[in-house]
Amino acid sequence: MAPMDFQLTEQQELIRKEVAALARSFSLDYWLEKDRKAEYPWDWVKKFAQAGWLGMLIPEEYGGSGLGVTEATLMLHEICAAGAGTTGASPIHFYLFPPLPVMKHGAEALKRTYLPRIATGEITMSFGVTEPNAGTDTSRIQTKAELRGGRYVVNGRKVWNTNARQATHMLLLARTAPRDAAKPFAGMTLFFTEFDRSKITVREIEKLGRAAVDSNEIFIDGLEVPEADVVGQPGRGFYHLLDSLNPERIFTGIEAVGIGRAALERGVQYAKERVVFDRPIGQNQAIAHPLALAWAKLESAELMCLKAAWLFDHGKPCGAEANTAKLLAAEAGFEACDVALQTHGGYGYAKEFYVERLWREVRLYKIAPVSQQMVLNYLSEHVLGLPKSY
Amino acid sequence: MKILVAIKQVPDTATQVKVGADPRLIDTAGITWIVSPYDEFAVEEALRIKEKRGQGEVVAVSLGPERVKEALRSCLAMGCDRALHLNDAAWNGADTLATARALAAVIKQEQPQLVLCGRQAIDDDMGAVTAQLAELLGWPCASWIMEEAVDAEGTTVRAARQVEGGLEVFDLPLPAVLAAQKGLNEPRYPTLKGIMGAKKKEIRDVKAADLGLGAEPSQLSVVGLEALPPRPPGRIIQGDVPTAVKELVRALREDAKAI
Repeated sequence: MAPMDFQLTEQQELIRKEVAALARSFSLDYWLEKDRKAEYPWDWVKKFAQAGWLGMLIPEEYGGSGLGVTEATLMLHEICAAGAGTTGASPIHFYLFPPLPVMKHGAEALKRTYLPRIATGEITMSFGVTEPNAGTDTSRIQTKAELRGGRYVVNGRKVWNTNARQATHMLLLARTAPRDAAKPFAGMTLFFTEFDRSKITVREIEKLGRAAVDSNEIFIDGLEVPEADVVGQPGRGFYHLLDSLNPERIFTGIEAVGIGRAALERGVQYAKERVVFDRPIGQNQAIAHPLALAWAKLESAELMCLKAAWLFDHGKPCGAEANTAKLLAAEAGFEACDVALQTHGGYGYAKEFYVERLWREVRLYKIAPVSQQMVLNYLSEHVLGLPKSY
Repeated sequence: MKILVAIKQVPDTATQVKVGADPRLIDTAGITWIVSPYDEFAVEEALRIKEKRGQGEVVAVSLGPERVKEALRSCLAMGCDRALHLNDAAWNGADTLATARALAAVIKQEQPQLVLCGRQAIDDDMGAVTAQLAELLGWPCASWIMEEAVDAEGTTVRAARQVEGGLEVFDLPLPAVLAAQKGLNEPRYPTLKGIMGAKKKEIRDVKAADLGLGAEPSQLSVVGLEALPPRPPGRIIQGDVPTAVKELVRALREDAKAI
């Protein structure tokens, strides 16, 4: 019988401790200011780059550390639990899952060109898959790449392109053959290429949270991509991309858990310190129980994230677990932030108590990278075997 | 140049320490342990000396139970080359003198040219080991140092220590013992590569017998620990400002006798 072991290795414990120490050297006021001024946290990213954290998943022969999704999950948890929120996590997680298709399917030359520069943080990435007219139905993307004399010429539009204001490079999915109803996911090609601003127009989308890290609509007009920047096989791009989608669900799930923990820490502290009617408010069960329940739900969601990460790192299928992790984590993270805000009463609504920023940020995870409803569709169809509804 | 750094594992600064079931000890349940912050300055300075000279070895040493290995592993992740763990029941409850004796014995074996420590550990704040160690070794010692510079030949060190309103500068022949004060440097965070490399570095267990020492009863015995009495509640003076100020001045003068 295979051993069942919840014990982290000594190295994983050290990763957890040191990421926490580094992340907590940035104060909650730092994040509040970044959010208020909508400033990209460059000094934060540089600190993580200098200490080598960005290259965590990149193999050692390409300048990284060759660790697994489990270690990256532990890192993102500590980043978010430190109060950095989505504002701090997003700039880091873009070094984790977008390079995965390059690592797994990219040609040797492509890997040599890009992976070492990703590991050092020299490259800043954007992820270009979603389109305004396709949404989760990725097979209907309309961005086209046509091969002309050894170069692809790309035209189209992408939406929810994170980091496009800073990006030097982009992972881009485009149709290289028309959609065939019999094989809708074939005929798309994945590129890892330079973000050429002379051919791409960026329009920022103002949003509920994470003002410091931009989300955008981008318009691509005649972007030229060398053939060498194709990731894997032309026409198989969607399938190559799938390898990064489960880690993306795990990473976003654990971020929601971490944000929930940061909010809960604030809420619990406030419940201990705030005295009304001659007692700390945390002595009232109406305050204590929701906090306790939020903790319990965060624990179980974290376990699910780590199980999915373990499955992925052991090369086992993890679609059901990664989706479930994201579903439960988004609920648990939101609930923890909401309870923490409620515990603060009126002050919860004030920026200087820090929870409102986390509350706004954590709401994202019920929508992205895939909505709760689409996760339930996935589970209904692929786990329970129920007929597809759409 | 070989440098030895003596470190202590202490409860995290955020820990609310409680007196244990045995009132001479603290309750260690649920405590997060860290390397004492002053000792981190010492580790950082040792690594900088090695980096500046382009060669050398930095050895971290600590005395304590099995959990102390975690603290030593953190030092290895920062960049120390190897670690020695003085790990023996003979040292249970060791006071500063017994600790200094054990360290002196291991230093005689290792023969470093320089020993660095923190100016004190942040748990019991005794700040005695450095001086005791230097005395046992017969080496010069400078504590609360804010700056240091080892000469090119590695025969002397110029150290500046913090005194009221300024710095006092010494030249010490090596080998010597230096104790770091806050401000000496800004300790680095371990890199991911450092953490991964730490796994492959050696932490060697050292027993009292390896140093030719036996069990030594502590000369300093802890009688008991007492929590601080709770702070009495504050007083809010009500009323309009002129009256309240008068009452405040009266209370400071007559009740508190502060003015």
